[in-house]
Amino acid sequence: MSMNNQGRPTGIQNSDSAVPETVTGNRGLQIEEPLIFEQDSAGRCGVDLPEVPAVGSRLGAVKPRGRIGLPGLAEPQVVRHYTRLSQKNYAIDSGLYPLGSCTMKHNPRLNEKMARLPGFADVHPLQPESTVQGALELMAELGRWLATLTGMAAVTLAPAAGAHGEMCGIMAIRSAHDAKGDKGRTKILVPESAHGTNPATAAACGYAVEAIPATEDGRVDLAALKAKLGPDVAGLMLTNPNTCGLFERDIITIAEAVHAAGAYFYCDGANFNAIVGRVRPADLGIDVMHINLHKTFSTPHGGGGPGSGPVVFAESLAPFVPVPYVVQDKDGAFRLVEQAGDGPAFGRMKAFHGQMGMFVRALAYMMSHGADGLRQVANDAVLNANYLLARLQDVMTPSFEGPCMHECLFDDRFLKGTGVTTLDIAKALIDEGFHPMTMYFPLVVHGALLIEPTETESKASLDQFVTALRALAERAKSGDVAYFQGAPRLTPRRRLDETAAARKPVLRWTPAVEPEKVAAE
Amino acid sequence: MRYLPLTEADRRSMLEAIGVPSVDELFRDVPEAARLSGPIEGLSNHMGELEVDRALSAMAGKNLPAGSVPSFLGAGAYRHHIPATVDHLVQRGEFLTAYTPYQPEVSQGTLQVLFEFQTQVSLLTGMDVANASMYDGATACAEAVMMANRVTRRKKAVLSGGLHPHYRDTTTTDARFIGFETVVMPPAPTGGEDLLAEVDGDTSCVVVQNPDVFGHVRDYTELGRACQAKGALLIVVVTEAVSLGLLTPPGEMGADIVAAEGQSLGNALNFGGPYVGLFAVKEKLVRQMPGRLCGQTVDADGRRGFVLTLSTREQHIRREKATSNICTNSGLCALAFSIHLSLLGEEGFARLAELNHAKAVQLADKLAAVRGVEIVNGSFFNEFTVKLPKPAADVVEALAQRGILGGVPASRLFGGGLDDLLIVAATETNTESDMDAFATALAEVL
Repeated sequence: MSMNNQGRPTGIQNSDSAVPETVTGNRGLQIEEPLIFEQDSAGRCGVDLPEVPAVGSRLGAVKPRGRIGLPGLAEPQVVRHYTRLSQKNYAIDSGLYPLGSCTMKHNPRLNEKMARLPGFADVHPLQPESTVQGALELMAELGRWLATLTGMAAVTLAPAAGAHGEMCGIMAIRSAHDAKGDKGRTKILVPESAHGTNPATAAACGYAVEAIPATEDGRVDLAALKAKLGPDVAGLMLTNPNTCGLFERDIITIAEAVHAAGAYFYCDGANFNAIVGRVRPADLGIDVMHINLHKTFSTPHGGGGPGSGPVVFAESLAPFVPVPYVVQDKDGAFRLVEQAGDGPAFGRMKAFHGQMGMFVRALAYMMSHGADGLRQVANDAVLNANYLLARLQDVMTPSFEGPCMHECLFDDRFLKGTGVTTLDIAKALIDEGFHPMTMYFPLVVHGALLIEPTETESKASLDQFVTALRALAERAKSGDVAYFQGAPRLTPRRRLDETAAARKPVLRWTPAVEPEKVAAE
Repeated sequence: MRYLPLTEADRRSMLEAIGVPSVDELFRDVPEAARLSGPIEGLSNHMGELEVDRALSAMAGKNLPAGSVPSFLGAGAYRHHIPATVDHLVQRGEFLTAYTPYQPEVSQGTLQVLFEFQTQVSLLTGMDVANASMYDGATACAEAVMMANRVTRRKKAVLSGGLHPHYRDTTTTDARFIGFETVVMPPAPTGGEDLLAEVDGDTSCVVVQNPDVFGHVRDYTELGRACQAKGALLIVVVTEAVSLGLLTPPGEMGADIVAAEGQSLGNALNFGGPYVGLFAVKEKLVRQMPGRLCGQTVDADGRRGFVLTLSTREQHIRREKATSNICTNSGLCALAFSIHLSLLGEEGFARLAELNHAKAVQLADKLAAVRGVEIVNGSFFNEFTVKLPKPAADVVEALAQRGILGGVPASRLFGGGLDDLLIVAATETNTESDMDAFATALAEVL
């Protein structure tokens, strides 16, 4: 063994690689972190606020608030708490995150910087219009990009997320039928492969939902669709490319059939990232479509939001938008229309004007790529997915024949008889350092594994993923069930008991002793 | 293109592995008539960081940041000081660039944050349980009404005239499409309203706001009792979360559901979004709640851990029978809320609330001294309404030209009427000299 002259060993002394039990329960960089409520020290505070000026109370007759029960921590403790928690998360910044249908692509930090400019971040939504011309210009410009990329006539930026955009679109459809005095349309048709939000949205807008089956090749069954279309159908909600990762080849025929029946064609635009710059949804006969800015235009998912779900409308539905919207006067000044009044606007989706912080990020992303780069985004996203399909199809079972679009779908036939499940494969992938693919969705195939690599993965990253997944598929076929059922082993927590969580829900921390009782003693 | 790692050589070898001559071949399912042959016209081509920064900074430069001038706007969005720590932690990539925690083994960070957030919201509102957040306060309010209808199997909601008009309109829009009735009381800027008179056997809920949109502090304890006697739920809306540091929490007033806006904690004004809706209920209503819930459980080694739970309420399982179509929460905004509240703690939060109230009292006294200005409120927290001798919209414009953001005209919120009313807020960010400047400018423009 080599020594330096202070006696500090510099070589590797022991090659025992077994993971030790530690006194603290910590494992090197993985540090156990109690709840913030378990770190309370009464009187400690992480902010310094000035003395409260002595003025009389104008609160009226309400009784003053007692102790709330919030923990007291100093700033360094708070920083450490959240830093340690963050280290228990997988993220697109750390590695491949191939969640099908979720589009986990790189989130450029320029977008974060732009959204934090005081001229955007520190502007109150109800400031006089003369003081927010740049904010309104940005909204108009984002709207122009979205309308141009989709070929549509009108845009609303109001919806707060994709599902909220769906709701907006279905409300527009309903409003259009109502405006024609057509009250007999009570149904929305939704393919079986649709996101769960589609039927939930239709129901939330007062419609009955009818499912359309899929064909053998993973597309909408055109004959079944035509059979269901009639004077009682308000619209069709279709995801394209669909949730099997396939382009609906018959889409123009579908649109014609829907229109011939007097219904409208809603497209769930969750997968627009596959075709942006390659085809304009308006040219496919779509009447209305939402766009997830957090998918196609890379605003960060943030552990589950905030999203943003602008909706684009063809001429046929353009009058039926919610408030508010931006208009430009002849003199070039921008104005917000905030009240529905007696016009065709059907109402309001949320407070204020939409997810401005997300608008800035999305526009920064669009401008960075430009028209040429966005087309390349679609090309590379589709290329990456087809590459994975090609490299995995001999060891896993693709559900449908390719080419696929931005994601490739496998089912669990390759696991048949092995005792290993889709869930097990996902959990074993975690130990290999990857976030799993989407599992058990779409519902149209058994044990679905839906893989969406996105365009921001390098070939080396894809190759490593392929190597890991091929090895796991082989291992499953070799009958090593115990290995899979014990996975993951290298994570901050191993498999969690979801059944127990749902049976007796514990949804908040409660103190061992109620604070009032402590005070009374 | 800096965000795209594939090289031309990569692309060629990948196409070869796939067995197609070109990427165009992969798009062969797209109907030929609709295929675009090149970049879409009318949009700029790709740009470097510097160019994008320049273009967007120019747009940002055309706005007047609220923090650059004396600013007194509220009405559902409040300018508070956000500790530097909040934005630093929120931008950690492991929080910022993670997805919904569907794989709990690699999402314990987000999940523990949500569990702590749910606890914080429950404590603040005085309720039993809170969810992992909604889009914003207005959509939380609409969801609360839909939920009340499901729970009570009744179809009519009574909305107070003191409810923020954006919340009101969001709720009535949702209600109209699903076929529920809403009774909307006229705004009552100076006085009470008889909500109970509207409650009948088909009324699912009464929706009130505290402080209301004009800033009045209300005690809804009696109303809560009366609603209960009539089988209707009491929904209490809060648009200024900081008020919960000083006022009786809705839970203590008998609220069944609380729908609130959490922007005030941790979240910048952002021209109106993204914000974070808070949603809390009594224990017995948990299974009818919309939105995501995080719950505690154990892992295979018996250690405490967290998962998303009760998902059988949600759209991805229940589809058209779900409690809501909502699919996201407002994760990152909830995180910011949580971090800010953790920094404040019990003492800081109470002090912040007291400070806000004291600032508003000071401002009210200064404005009341201006000739022609009348304070409408008998009580308020950090926001109140003043009656002016001129249309408030004109006054606000004139103030803006003097570099003062002087409040929100009630007419802008209500779409006409109430022309002489101006809603004014003060927070810890307003200095005494800001207030003097406001009072002086107001005297000049009146």
